[in-house]
Amino acid sequence: MDSIKELLVLLISSSLVSNVVLSQFLGLCPFLGVSKKIKTSSGMGAAVIFVITLASAVAGAIYEFVLVPLGIEYLQTIVFILVIAALVQFVEMFLKKAMPALYEALGVYLPLITTNCAVLGVALTNVQKEYGILTGIVNGFGTAVGFTIAIIILAGLREKMEYNDIPAPFKGMPHVLLTAGLMAIAFCGFAGLL
Amino acid sequence: MSSSNSVTERLFNGLIKENPTFVLTLGMCPTLAVTTKAMNGLGMGLTTLAVLALSNLIISLLRKVIPDRVRIPAFIVIIASFVTILQLLLEAYLPSLNKALGVYIPLIVVNCIILGRAEAYAYSHPPIASLFDGIGMGLGFTVALTAIGAVREILGQGKIFDIGIMPNGYVPIAIFGLAPGAFFVLAFLSALQGFVKLRLAAKGKDVSHFKSGCLEGCASCASAGICKGEPAFYDTSAKENTGDKKEGE
Repeated sequence: MDSIKELLVLLISSSLVSNVVLSQFLGLCPFLGVSKKIKTSSGMGAAVIFVITLASAVAGAIYEFVLVPLGIEYLQTIVFILVIAALVQFVEMFLKKAMPALYEALGVYLPLITTNCAVLGVALTNVQKEYGILTGIVNGFGTAVGFTIAIIILAGLREKMEYNDIPAPFKGMPHVLLTAGLMAIAFCGFAGLL
Repeated sequence: MSSSNSVTERLFNGLIKENPTFVLTLGMCPTLAVTTKAMNGLGMGLTTLAVLALSNLIISLLRKVIPDRVRIPAFIVIIASFVTILQLLLEAYLPSLNKALGVYIPLIVVNCIILGRAEAYAYSHPPIASLFDGIGMGLGFTVALTAIGAVREILGQGKIFDIGIMPNGYVPIAIFGLAPGAFFVLAFLSALQGFVKLRLAAKGKDVSHFKSGCLEGCASCASAGICKGEPAFYDTSAKENTGDKKEGE
């Protein structure tokens, strides 16, 4: 019972309190780049949830059953990035063959996720904080949910502001960053949650 | 843009003309994350410089050996090896810096500046020029991170490199040391870039090398080589920018 409570706390803290984009600055590229429309950003969010959860499971298993027994933990960065790249390719091929409907929905986003630093970031954080495989998966899932929440909110705000009269130098990136900054202030409020 | 390959030209190019942070807007994650203090920015910049210079050199030396089809995975392995070496060195000799930068040290692997330079420069140029291209870009990144870190440290804590410089009555604006401050500082820098760009364009100068990071699609993104050019949902300008780059795929 105690451990379930701990996992729930971890889920809340990884998705809201220390939000992956707004307080850790991981996965900024898709956050800024794919947040123009709510539809595409929710597709990206779903793909990120799928890949990060899977990647933290696989990376955690490889760390525990391959790297630790062989005593080569220091190779984690190289191994994780290769595992993630291979995993994304594999998931793409598998979805194309086995679940065409899901592939239709997530397909275009998958290759973009390979170099999304949030995926590698979660795998490395899991190891640094000495999470087990299950805790790691929960942390990965929570982080990805946090990413999805943030990107959908930003997309909603951007859709509203599309036709606003913004001073020329602030068009594009600066005004998106300012919006993200205001969101980050709002998310600071979650710090009191735990 | 880079017809000349002399050492000084490469250094100038990286520091000013194609400054990775202020002009190309690459590598935003570490730029926002570690610049709470000038010292952290400097440390992160120098670490990235070392990785960038060494990986550029090795990739350039191996450019005739690496087959075109597997070049991106090969680049990633080379870069990841140097990052691991640097991380172990930092752990041994500068543990306090290593602790301050935390997970962002191993994440240098996915910093798009490094993969971007490997793809755009080192893979097609001789070793010495590539080495200095890496050093120039690294210096540009270091200067930018230190400057952003200094601004945030002065505003957020009234200090620079941990030395108090503001008068006693100064009340620090704590938010600049926190996450939202990073977004605000970068937003204003980015707006400044936009202002300079508009000014130059009004004078009839070529501003095509000014980018605004991922917002402008795959042209300035290192992942372009991997994502096989599916910029459909990025800004519309992405398509014509990447059109010529994709023929090798």
